[in-house]
Formats: sequence, structure tokens, C-alpha cells
Amino acid sequence: MALHRSESALIEEITILAGHGRDGTPDGIDRLDLRMGDVVSVVGRTGSGKTTLINDIELFANGNTPTGRTILINGRTPPPEYRDDPACNPIALITQHTTFLSDLPVAEFLHIHARIRHTPVAAEGAVERTLTFANELTGEPISLSSQMTELSGGQTRALLIADATIICDTPIVLLDEVENAGINRSRALELLRGYRKIFIFVTHDPRIALLSDYRIVLKDGRIDQVLHTDAGERDLAPIVCQFDDMLSHLRDLIRLGHRVTRSDVASVDVEKRT
Amino acid sequence: MKLVICAGTATTGKTAVLRGVVPRLQKRGLAVAFLKIDVQFAEEDELFAREFSIPTRKVYSGELCPDHCNVMVLGEALQWAERGGADVLLVETAGLCLRCSPYVDGGLGIVVVEATSGMNLPRKIGPMLSLADIAVVTKIDRVSQAEREVFRARIQDAAPTVRVREVNALYGIGIDPLVDHILATADVGDKLLLRGNPPVGTCTICVGKKEIGWQSHFGVVRALDNQTFYRGE
Ligand SMILES: Nc1nc2c(ncn2[C@@H]2O[C@H](COP(=O)(O)OP(=O)(O)OP(=O)(O)O)[C@@H](O)[C@H]2O)c(=O)[nH]1
Ligand SMILES: Nc1ncnc2c1ncn2[C@@H]1O[C@H](COP(=O)(O)OP(=O)(O)OP(=O)(O)O)[C@@H](O)[C@H]1O
Ligand SMILES: [Mg+2]
Ligand SMILES: [Mg+2]
Ligand SMILES: [Zn+2]
Repeated sequence: MALHRSESALIEEITILAGHGRDGTPDGIDRLDLRMGDVVSVVGRTGSGKTTLINDIELFANGNTPTGRTILINGRTPPPEYRDDPACNPIALITQHTTFLSDLPVAEFLHIHARIRHTPVAAEGAVERTLTFANELTGEPISLSSQMTELSGGQTRALLIADATIICDTPIVLLDEVENAGINRSRALELLRGYRKIFIFVTHDPRIALLSDYRIVLKDGRIDQVLHTDAGERDLAPIVCQFDDMLSHLRDLIRLGHRVTRSDVASVDVEKRT
Repeated sequence: MKLVICAGTATTGKTAVLRGVVPRLQKRGLAVAFLKIDVQFAEEDELFAREFSIPTRKVYSGELCPDHCNVMVLGEALQWAERGGADVLLVETAGLCLRCSPYVDGGLGIVVVEATSGMNLPRKIGPMLSLADIAVVTKIDRVSQAEREVFRARIQDAAPTVRVREVNALYGIGIDPLVDHILATADVGDKLLLRGNPPVGTCTICVGKKEIGWQSHFGVVRALDNQTFYRGE
């Protein structure tokens, strides 16, 4: 194979060339360049084509998907190695799937994945680090000897996020509705933001959307518009985070079998983040 | 004429893959003929004739294993396709007997496996996988990327020389590279040979003896604690 991990890491830009929506109406923009370090959200109603858009990216669409879109990497058609050799693939995708079908123990699954992605496991303890990362996001911890098929929806998501970040460690990460799995979302965002990558979040969550540099809005399967987060929205972001923290606090109490009171709503320090 | 033999266990997506292949071959100017070999029921011949207006046929293998049936009829099938003016004969076969392979030297052998079929499947299907040229993994839309890649690794471990192609056959995603492989395949010669070695011996069960226990059978038999041995004259 001609390419290696280090070379695929030299990615500076992904381009989406317009396709069309479900009824054939063209996307609202001719091209969109996503640059290294960009944090992007994909928003839109249920069924508007958000998953389809990130699938286009992961498949390196070249007009051969139902949307007719084309994906370029660093301005060029991606080489076939990206699809044929997982070790060269610069994209990690965390899908909406919340179950595994694999009849394998977690440790074996992660070791095989690391091998095919050419991630050195022995020296860097990648498998153990993946498990630690995943367990920061879940409630009930995952063990290396669990069967993949036994994991809950949230544990599955947590393991996939950790696998994408540490084992795949790709320059481009696509995440489909991370908020839906009952995992610790704020911790996930915090951990992920420690890496310089292109992040694309499909999301219904205002917190994630406002923390992004811009958001791609989908409607009827087409890209309707691209909205850059403006100054007013940036000012709003910390307030949205406070609301969100308050709700997670309530959620945690209820999960742990506690009663909630008025003081739990007031207990979130409004000044803490500003 | 080019010969493509597409095998795989039931409902893995062979028909769905070939439905993506046929129009793409036609677009490249090739005339296609289609043969389906199945044990007792198939309607792909009607489907392909209706959808693509190409010559199609089906053969029920019945008492024979489909791979053996394939060996019997393939020569005449190529002549039939030739008379119909075809440039490519696509054969879809159930490949139920996991001891032999349906592929022919000089033709393209494609095995279709599902991404959803479990991590041990690649180790279970023997020569149907290891003697193929290409393993097409269908239903990638049903699993996560990580699981798809681990499944690929399992195929490569079981069959290191086989090329893996992942597709979502419902939307024709990933079919184009497969068509390129078919276009790059040479025409078959006059004398066709089955790839690999067929399994040893004829078994007395296949010829109708129903008694349980090796003591009632002859030829190559085996006991629970022994490897196979020969019993009889
Ligand atoms: N989601 C999904 N479904 C698929 C895919 N490929 C095939 N299917 C579905 O799987 C089922 C079986 O597909 P077929 O193409 O009929 O399978 P086959 O191997 O020809 O089956 P037999 O000829 O009956 O042995 C159908 O319902 C297909 O629509 C795929 O890539 N993704
Ligand atoms: N441009 C398009 N052309 C044709 N079909 C499309 C297009 N975009 C989306 N679709 C189809 O529309 C359906 C819904 O799309 P998708 O699953 O991407 O929605 P979503 O926004 O991710 O929804 P959810 O929020 O429920 O996850 C799918 O069957 C998809 O194939
Ligand atoms: Mg979706
Ligand atoms: Mg079929
Ligand atoms: Zn056989």
C-alpha cells in the first residue's frame, strides 16, 4: 500500500460538492470546504438527510450515492486506498447504531480493530486507554472481557466514541447524534475537543450546535443553508450550557434514585461559566 | 465470453448485488446473460428478464449439491449464453455445500457475505470464501464502521488473498469497483476446470441409506472419536 497513517494525517480540508435533495432540487450551496480544526454541526428535522450527508462523506461519494454529492479531500478525488485499507482511512464515523452484532469479547474486538487500523497497541496501551476513555462516558463500566453483544446502547456508543478517538485517531471524525445515548455528553465534548481534528456532529442539541463554528442546515434531503455561529450566539452559548448542566444534574439525580427539589434547580451556579 | 460465478448462502444479497452490476455492465456496452442455480426454488430468472430484458435461465439442482449441479450444466450454459449473443454470463448459485467451491479457473469468483452475519462466518464457509477472487460484504448500512472494519479483518485472516469489497446493495453503493473487476476479467477458454479439489469420496447417505451410525455405512466414514477412515472393499 502506498499510503500510511502519517500521510493520511496530512489532511487539511474536505470539500462537499453540491448534489440534490430528495425531489431533485440542488443543494443550497455549490461547494463547502471544511478545514482542519473546524467543529461543524449538521442540523435539521428527523428524516431531513443528516445521516445521509455524513454517510456521503464517509463513503467518499463521487456522484454514486442517492444524493449525487461528491467529496474531495485536499481538493482532490480521494485515492482508492482510503476505502480499501482501513489503515489509510482518514475518517472515523460513529453511527447511530446502538447495538453490536459482533460475537466477540471487547478486548478481542479492539485488538483486531487496532491491528487493521495499524495502531500500535503494545507500546501505547491503546486498548486499555480506549476502555478508560469509554468508561468516563458511561455509567456502568465496560470490562474488557464483556461480550460486545452484551453492551447497552449507551455503552456501545461510549465504546465507539473511544475507539474512534484512540484506536482510529483519524484527522476527521463524524458523530451521529452522540447526545442520544445517555452518555456523559459534556465529558465527551471536553475529551474530544482536546484533539485537533475536523469534527462533524449530527445533532439536535443546542449546546453542541452553538459550540460549533458553523452549522449545516438540512431540509428534505438537501443542504438548505450554512449558518456561521455569530457573536450573539457565542454570547448565548454559556447560558445554554448552564441550562444544559442543570438538566443533566436533574437527570443524574433521578437516575440514581434520588428525589429532586427546587434547590437542585437553583444549585447550578449561574456565574460559574461566565 | 466472460464468466462470473457469484455464490453465497441464502439471503446474503447476491441478487441485490447483481441487480446493481447488470445495468452498469449494460451501460459499458456489454450484453449480459443470467443463470440462477438453486436447490428448489428461485425466481431471479423472471426478475432479471423483466427488469433488464436479458436472456435468463434457472436450474434446480434438486438431489445434487448446487456446486455439483453447476459443474454439470455450466458448459452448456455458456453455449446457450453464446448463442444469445452475450458477452458476460452471470451465474448466481446458492453454494450450499461448504466443502466444494463453485468457481472455475479463468472465470471471476465472487462470494457474497453479509456484514451482519457474525465474526466467525468467514471461518465457516471454507473454499466458497478462500477460493473466491472477491468477497463482497453487503449490508454495511446495518453495522457501525468499526464493526465493518473488524469483519474485513476476519475475512482477510481466513482468506488472505481474497479482495474485499464493501457495498450497500440497496443503493448500489460500492458496486462500481466490482464492475471494473468484471471488465478486467479475460474471456474463458474452451476447457473449463473447477477451482480447488472437490471433497473425497461419495457418501452413502447421499445415495439414500438412512440408518444412523457409521457401522451401517461404507466408503469414507468417521466415528465420533476418530478421523475419517475407509470401510469396505
Ligand atoms: N440493508 C441492506 N439490505 C440488503 C442489502 N443487500 C441485500 N439486502 C436485502 O437482503 C435481502 C436478501 O437479498 P437477496 O439479494 O434476495 O439475497 P440472495 O443472496 O439473492 O438470496 P437467495 O437468492 O434467496 O439465496 C433482501 O431483502 C434485500 O433487499 C444491503 O446492502 N443492505
Ligand atoms: N438527497 C437525498 N436524496 C434521496 N434520498 C435522501 C436524500 N437525503 C436523505 N434521503 C433519504 O431520506 C431518508 C432519511 O434520511 P436520514 O436518515 O439521513 O435522516 P436524518 O436527518 O438522519 O434523520 P434522523 O434525525 O431521524 O436520524 C433516508 O432513507 C435517506 O436515504
Ligand atoms: Mg440520522
Ligand atoms: Mg437471489
Ligand atoms: Zn458439494
